[in-house]
Amino acid sequence: MEPAPRRAALPSRHLLAIQGLTAAEITPLLDLADGYVEQNRRPEKKSALLRGRTVINLFFENSTRTRTSFELAGKRLGADVINMSASASSVKKGETLIDTAMTLNAMQPDALVVRHPESGAVKLLADKVRCAVINGGDGTHEHPTQALLDALTIRRRKGRIEGLQVAICGDILHSRVARSNIHLLNAMGARVRVIGPPTLMPTDIDRLGVDVHHDMRRGLRDCDIVMMLRLQTERMQGQFVPSIREYFHFFGLDYAKLAVARPDALIMHPGPMNRGVEIDSELADDIDRSVILDQVELGVAVRMAVLDVLARHEVAP
Amino acid sequence: MSRTAFVNARLLDPATGLDAPGALLVEGEAISDLGPGLFAGGVPDGIPVVDLGGQALLPGFVDMRVSIGEPGEEHKETILTASRAAAAGGVTAMVCLPDTDPVIDDVAGIEFIARRAREAKLVKVYAYAAATQSLQGRELSEMGLLAEAGALGFTDANRAISDALVMRRALSYASTFGLLVIQHPEEPSLAAGGQMNAGEIATRLGLAGIPREAEVMMIERDLRLVELTGARYHAAHVSTGAAVEAIRQAKRRGLRVTCDTAPHYFALTETDIGDYRTFAKVSPPLRGEMDRRAIVEGLADGTIDAIASDHRPQDQDSKRVPFSSAAHGVIGLETLLPLTLELVHNGRVGLLPALAALTCRPAEILGLEAGRLRKGAPADLAVVDLDRLWRVDKAALRSKSKNSPFDGRPVTGRVTRTLVDGRTVFTLDEA
Repeated sequence: MEPAPRRAALPSRHLLAIQGLTAAEITPLLDLADGYVEQNRRPEKKSALLRGRTVINLFFENSTRTRTSFELAGKRLGADVINMSASASSVKKGETLIDTAMTLNAMQPDALVVRHPESGAVKLLADKVRCAVINGGDGTHEHPTQALLDALTIRRRKGRIEGLQVAICGDILHSRVARSNIHLLNAMGARVRVIGPPTLMPTDIDRLGVDVHHDMRRGLRDCDIVMMLRLQTERMQGQFVPSIREYFHFFGLDYAKLAVARPDALIMHPGPMNRGVEIDSELADDIDRSVILDQVELGVAVRMAVLDVLARHEVAP
Repeated sequence: MSRTAFVNARLLDPATGLDAPGALLVEGEAISDLGPGLFAGGVPDGIPVVDLGGQALLPGFVDMRVSIGEPGEEHKETILTASRAAAAGGVTAMVCLPDTDPVIDDVAGIEFIARRAREAKLVKVYAYAAATQSLQGRELSEMGLLAEAGALGFTDANRAISDALVMRRALSYASTFGLLVIQHPEEPSLAAGGQMNAGEIATRLGLAGIPREAEVMMIERDLRLVELTGARYHAAHVSTGAAVEAIRQAKRRGLRVTCDTAPHYFALTETDIGDYRTFAKVSPPLRGEMDRRAIVEGLADGTIDAIASDHRPQDQDSKRVPFSSAAHGVIGLETLLPLTLELVHNGRVGLLPALAALTCRPAEILGLEAGRLRKGAPADLAVVDLDRLWRVDKAALRSKSKNSPFDGRPVTGRVTRTLVDGRTVFTLDEA
């Protein structure tokens, strides 16, 4: 018997991490996002669900696509969306993160979307405010909405997540996207492998429930989904790979390496791509294989679903 | 000369193994007599009597690793506030690290600490001097002159002396004066950027890890240099089983090597970081359960000589920030005894060996006339209710900073009175 559809809800008033969420919480959120995909494809994209609500995008780290995606998501639900970037805020003048949180809290927003270069910073801020806080990426910890949009992309293309073989490739060490995806895909019943040079593997990553490979041709065998990650040179302290040329030779995705994957394997990338570093340029544009632009489109829908669930709660006085 | 008789005490002297009911007589600044039979026929008239009601009377604790913040960070702690915390914790002698601002790398720095300690007039405050000038790890400090001025040893505090040639020369030069070199054993190039112990938890939290191997590899290198120079060497705050084992083997080989650990390395593990608790950020980082057990084992078999609080006060601005920006360190002077006693209550370490790690053994490493109940010794004493249950309450701690990861922890064993040179410097307020 089909279970009754669940209303989307999250166990906390914030969305700080995927770790700890269950399939029973993730699935209704994806269902809700599916509905917003349709809304976003209509000429009239705007609803009034969050009319009168305020969403603040607080970005301590440069971002174009995530910030724009959240901004559109908020606006399409009718919310007032304010963008604050660290360069324009008083952070540069020495204000602490907690001061910033308290200040914004006093402005009575309904949701704060926060991106910060340090792991755990969003949680620290969330503890100090009354509104919902959505993690837009914290350091090398998590990027929950990216994992949700990746899951939605997979589900729409493959019809399911459970039982799929997913390979996450490249700079796992510095990737919050990888961590959120590992938690989410495991929660949904997929099999996850991570592939990359040992220097870019976090210690004991296998304890997160993944198989570890250092050889693309072995790691990609029979997989359904190939998630490529950006080489995050800006987070690197010292040298992790000898050269870009060598990295691309062994770990860059091209048609030859992809040949061992299933013939209908999909290629994903959270962007921004480094063409010729982690992915062959032609392959990235191959509309039969690459779903990178789907990911961007569905990102807006997923963020609308998250705002729908979290930004409408009534704040206790 | 003033005299006080402490009667009805449980005399505990780890150095001699004495554990017996008895009495102790303080005359002026010194212990003039003690023993199970003392005052068996009653205390002579004219001597004031303190009836301890069966509480333990111990040598005051010798805390061989304390950061104070004075000079330079008086908003975190001063010698006066640290002395109050020490007195409340039964610590009658503490040795502070030279990573102050300015760095204690000249005679004036040592004299400054001594003067401030005299003004505070509570517990005995000693200092280590920097092993290298400005803690830069390059040129040696004036070790001989600093030792004459009272420096108890030489260390670059929480920086490892990483250059092997500099370490060799520091050891070799110090050995001519019979001085102690204390290392922060962590290979800095391997630990660079690390925020916590490397492993699954660091991976989940997205925090850069410090591998456990960073500790033992520095100790193993240093042990070779100790063999080369014949010097004395002390590894501070060891946190891993591998380090304990390396020191165990070195002691068997007869090297003049000692080490200490801090309560957080046997009372906490990396899981206590939880959801980015910065109060659990320390250097070296908290390790996993296997290492914690190995530290307990090292204390049980005596490989680890001393337990030091590794007291490092940090104010709110240093801790209420994202984990990787947070300063490391915990306060520990007032929780040193009860956390050490947890080892005893858990049946892991005997009472006298555990207390020896707080008293006679650090005193011996430092060459201090302290840590023993002995006729003629300074009357530096702690009266302890070993069975007293209490709960650590950071608001009630005397330290100026409140960064204790043990806040709210139920503990057993409380200092009720502390004497330094026969003078009571602390009495527990029984409100």
